[in-house]
Formats: sequence, C-alpha cells, structure tokens
Amino acid sequence: MSNKRVVTATINEETAEFLCEPRQTLLEVLRDSLNLTGTKEGCSNGNCGACTVIMNGHAVVSCLVLGVEAEGAEIQTIEGVSCDGSLNEVQSAFLEGAALQCGICTPGFIMQTEALLAEKSNPTEDDIRFYLAGNLCRCTGYDKIVRAVMAAAEQRQVTTG
Amino acid sequence: MSTAEKPSYKVIGTRPIRHDGVDKVTGRALYGADIKLSRMLYGATVRSPHAHAKIVRIDTSQAELMPGVRAVITSEDVPEQGDRVVELGEGAVNMRHLAANVMAREKVLYKGHVVAAVAADDVHTAEEACARIEVEYETLPPVLDLLKAMSADAPILNDDIRTESIGSAPSGSDQQTNVAKHFMFEKGDIKQGFADADIIVERTFDTAMVHQGYIEPHNATAHWNADDKITVWMSTQGTFSARQQTAELLLMPVSSVKVVPMEIGGGFGGKISVYLTPLAALLSKKTGRPVKILMSRTEVFEATGPTPGSHMRVKLGAKSDGTLVAGEAWIAFEAGAYTGSPIGAACMCVFACYDLPNGQVEGFDVCVNKPRTNAYRAPGSTHVAMATETLVDELCEKLKMDPTEFRIKNAAGEGTRRVDGPVYPRIGMVETVEAIRDSEHYKTTLDGKFCGRGVASGFWFNVGLKSSVSATVNSDGTVALVEGSTDIGGTRTSIAMQLAETLGIAAEDVNPVVVDTDSIGYTDITGGSRVTFSTGIAAINAAISIQEQMCQRAAILWETDAENVRYEEGHLVGPSDQRLSFRELAEKLRELGDAVVGYGTSGSETQGGAFGTHCVDVEIDPELGKVQILRYTIAQDAGTAIHPSYVEGQMQGGVVQGIGWALNEEYWYDEQGEMHNPTFLDYRIPTCYDVPMIDTIIVEVPDPQHPYGVRGVGEVPICPPPAAIANAIYDALGIRMTELPMAPHRVLAAYLGRNTDD
Ligand code: FES
Ligand code: FES
Repeated sequence: MSNKRVVTATINEETAEFLCEPRQTLLEVLRDSLNLTGTKEGCSNGNCGACTVIMNGHAVVSCLVLGVEAEGAEIQTIEGVSCDGSLNEVQSAFLEGAALQCGICTPGFIMQTEALLAEKSNPTEDDIRFYLAGNLCRCTGYDKIVRAVMAAAEQRQVTTG
Repeated sequence: MSTAEKPSYKVIGTRPIRHDGVDKVTGRALYGADIKLSRMLYGATVRSPHAHAKIVRIDTSQAELMPGVRAVITSEDVPEQGDRVVELGEGAVNMRHLAANVMAREKVLYKGHVVAAVAADDVHTAEEACARIEVEYETLPPVLDLLKAMSADAPILNDDIRTESIGSAPSGSDQQTNVAKHFMFEKGDIKQGFADADIIVERTFDTAMVHQGYIEPHNATAHWNADDKITVWMSTQGTFSARQQTAELLLMPVSSVKVVPMEIGGGFGGKISVYLTPLAALLSKKTGRPVKILMSRTEVFEATGPTPGSHMRVKLGAKSDGTLVAGEAWIAFEAGAYTGSPIGAACMCVFACYDLPNGQVEGFDVCVNKPRTNAYRAPGSTHVAMATETLVDELCEKLKMDPTEFRIKNAAGEGTRRVDGPVYPRIGMVETVEAIRDSEHYKTTLDGKFCGRGVASGFWFNVGLKSSVSATVNSDGTVALVEGSTDIGGTRTSIAMQLAETLGIAAEDVNPVVVDTDSIGYTDITGGSRVTFSTGIAAINAAISIQEQMCQRAAILWETDAENVRYEEGHLVGPSDQRLSFRELAEKLRELGDAVVGYGTSGSETQGGAFGTHCVDVEIDPELGKVQILRYTIAQDAGTAIHPSYVEGQMQGGVVQGIGWALNEEYWYDEQGEMHNPTFLDYRIPTCYDVPMIDTIIVEVPDPQHPYGVRGVGEVPICPPPAAIANAIYDALGIRMTELPMAPHRVLAAYLGRNTDD
C-alpha cells in the first residue's frame, strides 16, 4: 500500500524502524512486521490482555494502540523482559509455580505483572487480583498465577534489597 | 492426601519444571498464529448475517477484481460428500454435515456460517474483498427454542435428518425432524422404585449455551503442494483427527495430509473439529501458495462449537432413612445446526455418582439455528450435575441429613451398575466425599446473614483410546521422547515423568517433543482426560522395551546372556554383580550394537472413571443479586497424581470455568438468532478479581487399569460447581435456582419472588 508511514520507536532497548499503514495496530506490527510473536492475540478488542506490552512505562493492550502511535515511544515486550538470556524473577516465578497451562495468556500476564511491580513492590493478594483483572486466563483458575506474582514480588525485593 | 497404601516413587509425585516452560515464559513458543512461511497469503471468510436462510446467489466477481486478491472459494470448490458416515476418533460423523458446517451449501443454519473465503496478499485486503462478495439470501424463520424445535410443526433445519433411536428408545418415524437422536436407558423398575420412596423431589432445569472460551482463536495454515501433498500447521487437540477430517473433507487419502502441531492456546474440547483447515487448503490449491487464516474472537463465539443449552426434568425418590431408590430424567440438548451434542454422555452421567437401583433416562439431540455444538470439558456432565445434585441437596434438606452423609450412604462404588449398563471397577466417589467432610473448610462454620454453603459431586468417564510414542537413548544418558499428543497443559512433562519413573532416571533427563502426523504412530486426541493415562501407558511400554534392550547391550559388554542381566532402579546389574548406571551404559552404546529405541503403544477403550466433590461458600448481595464466592474447596480422585502442581491446576481451572458457567456465562440470542454478546467484554468469563484461591485436595484411589494408577483429571472438576453454588444460594437465601447462569437478575428475581410468596 502506498500510504505506509515510517515509524521509529525503541523496542526492547533497541531502535526499530518499521513501515506501517495507519490502520495497523501495534500488535499487528509487533507480530507481523517485527516478528515479535511472543505478544499474543486473543480478541483484538482490548478485552483479554494477551497482547499486553509496556509502552512508555505503562501497560497497554497493543491491539488498541495504532502502529503509528508508537512513533518515538519506548516499548517493552515479553522478548525484552530479561535481556541477558536468563529468566527474570517474574518469569521464574511463573515457571516454578506452574502458573501456566496452555501458556497463551502468559506473556500478557508477565508484562502486566512487570507494570504492577514497578508501581507497587509489595502488593497484597487483593492488589494483584485487581491489577490483573484485565488479563484473562481460561486454564488455571488464577490461583497459581496470583501466587506466582506474590513469589515474584518477594524475590524481587530480596534481589533489589 | 493418600487413601491407599502408596508405592514409593522417585519421580511420580514430584514437581519438576515443565520441559516446555522456558519457551512459554519467554514468548519463544510458537502457537498456531505465529507461523510465517515464505510467499504466504492471508485468508478471510464471508459469513452469514442470518441464522436461517437459503443461499440464492453468490457473486464473487467484484472481489476477484481487487488487486492483491489471489483466490476466492465458495461451496462449489468444496467436494460433494454424498451420504457418508465416517468414524473420526471422537465418534461417527456425517460427512455431508461436516462439509456443510465448514462451508454452507444451499442453506445457512446459523449466524456466522461461512459462505465464501478469500486469499490475498494481506489480511486487510482479504477482509475488504470479503466485503465485496455479494450474497443474496432468502431468509427462513429461525428455530432457536429447544422445545419448539422438537414440535412437529417446527421449521426443519436439515431435510436429511430422521430420529435415530439409541438404547431402548422406540424406533423413530420416517418424518423429517429436528430431533436427530433419542436415547433411552433403563434399570430396575422405576414405577416400583418411586412407589417405595417416602420422599420424592422433582424439578425442571434450563441451562444456557456456553463457550469453552480458550484464549487462542482458531487458526490454520495450509500448503497444497504441486505433488498433491498437503501440509497443515495449526493448533489442535488432535493432529490425527485433524488430518483425517481434512483428508475426508477434501476427498484425499489421509497419507497425503500432514498436520504439524503448533502450540495450542487452550481447547477444552473445542479444538477437535476443523473449521478453517480445509478452506486454507483449498485456497492454497488455487494459488499454489501457503495460506493462513485466523478467526476473530467474534467468529470463535458465533461459529465454532460451544456446548449446548439444555432443558431437563429430573426426579429422585428416597426412603426416609436416606436410601436412594429411584431416579428419572428427561433431557433435551441443543445440538446446534447439525446433530452431535453430548446428549448420550449426559444420559450416562446423570445418575452416575450414585448406586441407584431403579432408573430411567431419556435424552434428545435437537437441531436449532445456533452453531454446531461440540465437546466442552466432561461434555454433558455439568448440565446434568446441576439437576441431580440440586435435587440431592433438596432430599438432604427434607431428610434433615448432612449432604456428605447422604452422598456417602448412596455413593456408587466398585460393582455398582450405572443406569446405562456398565459396572464400575474400583472408583473413588466415597473417598472424595469423605475428603470434603473431613476438610478444614467443611468443619469451619460459616456465619453471615446472606452467606451460604453448598456441596455437590460430579462424574466423568475418562477415555483410553490409542497413543504411540518412541524413545531413543542418547549417548549422554538422556532419552528423546517423541509423542503425538498435543500438549495443552503440561502433558509433555507428565508423560516424560512416567518414562523416567520406569527407567529410574530423572524427569529432566527426558526430552519430550510433540511431532507431526508423519513422524509418530497414530495417536488419538488430547481430550477425554486421556493423555496422562493413555500416552503415559505408551511411554511406560516404551521404557520397558528400552530396559530390555539395555539389558541386551549390557549382556554384550559382560559377555553373558541377556536374561542374566537385571534392570534395577536405573541400573544394569550383571550375574557377578557388575553394575552400570543407565547413563554409564548409554555412554558405551556406540560399541554395543544397534541404537536403543523403544516404541510403545496403548489402546484401552476405558479408564476407571473420575469423581470429585466440591464445597463452596458464597455471599449474596440481596439488593443486586450478585453472588460472591468466598471460599472453595475441591476434592478429586486423581488415581495417582503424576505432577501434583498440574493436577491442582486442572482442578482449579475446571472449578473456575464451572463458576463462570454457574454465574455469568451465556449465549445471549435475540429472536432472529443473532448473538448479542460475541466478545469477551459481554460474554464475561471469570477474571482473577471474581474468584478466591481454589483449595485442592488430591484423593488417590489408584486406577487398576494403569500401571501407576493414573486417572485422568482434566474434565470432572467442571461438573459440580454450578450445583454446589446453587445449593449454597439455597442455604443463604432459601431459594432454589433452576436456571443457568445464576446471573444477578435471576437471583434477584427469585429472591424477590420468594419474599412476595411469603
Ligand atoms: S488481543 Fe488485545 S486485549 Fe485481547
Ligand atoms: S494458561 Fe491457558 S489461558 Fe492462561
């Protein structure tokens, strides 16, 4: 299409330049143009949270952000939560706590948890349930997810002192 | 909690990290929608806006003229099936109906029914092209109500359907009808049974159509090669079932289709039928390029296979000492557009928890202008548990009997014959009730004006069916395990653990991989709570074969006969007490003959069956009718829990799906058959803010049909929640809820109604 724009953004701490039609969502751009398929699509209308990424410090559902809106933004996706090849506290807590079954919701939950812990380092169970209520999981019944978030918060406090 | 003398296991019962876990927490795991192939095209579908209509004309010319559009297909491109019934692993399927469900021919039978499909350079172009396809319809009156659909003067959906009689049902007439099946099962003498009863309770129940609600929408990518070999990449619960359905629909030999399983984002029974796969294949045939099609969430709701709404009338009779003497059930299920609801299973499950001397069950599979229904976790059993378990609660109330005491007194056990015939082997129904009776939760009193507690039990058969695995010993002492069961919730690990246990090695030393249909022997679907049971048996058999081969190799090394070598806890022991660990021998295998590869298969029809008993506390807002779950405990017989974390996960996930079904979820249709809530905003599944922690009690009554006693755990946890919650609402407010979901407006209406009656 001829009406593509060039968009420049920082994605996972690296400058990314991509061509994008005005109607394309950030989700589509991440998955189809940048091959960052770790961000998942469950509904495309903002209701499931599977596509959650962090944009300029806030958790957003990338299916409700246009690709062109990413101009100049700083974006973190699941592929960028730990940069040194190892797992971070949240990823480890989900893995060790069996907080995933099919795993399609997991990247979204991990990104939302990152946003929560950035805001509140020591959340209560109620804080967690409230903050993660926009992320749907149909497999786990949430019990192990909530526990994993608690474990991650605790672990992060230990590591960051 | 252990209820049997438990053998000591080294791997079973531990909680290793799942083998595919790192890929899933880093975003590296590739799901169905994540595949990208060179020269790939994107597909989209045109769907009917009407619930019931004749297709008069389809004009695709405008779409075909659009730049970027590569192919358009309609039902003319889909091969004619004629009258064929094919066994597809999950029961026999009428191929004409299956084909018409994939692409409507002559008539559309539900809103969202596919009438055409397009492949284009990108998905937006494909969607625009779809909008330019003109379809002229002649609308017909939609048939949406179950009971009206059964009446003789109802408009007919499928002119080829006649009532099929099953069990002792009288044979049907040759009339066109929407009633596709009529079941009847009988045991004892119900007239006498009810005559002997001191107390009889009877109610009518209605439940709404609900969806599995997996978070990953359906997807398919297909490439039809010039040599007529078709490769399909998709997320599916069964690669071999998907292969056969695709091949049959395309009238190709099964061997010409290869299904490559991508990671699957939930299924719960809804990802067994194929929808997009044949369309992608036909578009690929026309273009010579791979074609990928993804469903939108609305398409998933409107046009995949939810589980039916139901209408049920159930009656129970008991003696004044609390002995259950008779039960009668009349159950009608919405099949959706084509026959195939789980009504048969419902009829078998309705009284399955109890030792019922006299019973009669009648069931009907009824076509209505809604999507063709499909399996959903213990299909049919949740509906009937709502009815039976509510009535059991009412009997307990009338008898002034504790609900656990009543259930223990009447529980089905080894040797009990179900109304539909089969006799149970060793089962754990009583043990699950005892576990609830003895739980901290049940022993704690519940205070609060609008608070109540409910108990309910549930049953699911679990199936056996066929599985295949192969396992190769690597020179570093690890084992590569190749299997055909797609992994929805950690089964790579539960299978690997059984192989590891049998070989006496660590779970981490097994590398499980799920492969395509050309790379492993036939394996039935991931469903029926069968994978850990049946693919587990296949893995154990492969491990036994590896043991034998390792003994032979050690015999070569020690210059003796293989029968002189013993395999003991991961070690080879020779006649003069030579010892080598599995790993030590693996390192020497290069010099000791052929590669060591174990194959294992399994194929039993049945398992022992799974039971669960649940206890829930609720609080109800008397002004809003909203029911809040305060506390929830589930006790379930897992036979032997291989990986307790994932067993708990199945229990917790099933419970929360059951809570959604109980309180919120329903297909909300208008009179024209349009679903008004086809999004996750309006079809509201539970969020983590709606539910508390779900406490689990794993009961272990080993199934003698599995070497380690495994029982499938995936399905039965969804069955009791609606009834348990209904019983809790009764305990809180004194109102019997008989309609699902028990949404605030219904609870409030019932509560206010009770007040005016007073
Ligand atoms: S895909 Fe974005 S919220 Fe569901
Ligand atoms: S693990 Fe399947 S949706 Fe959350």
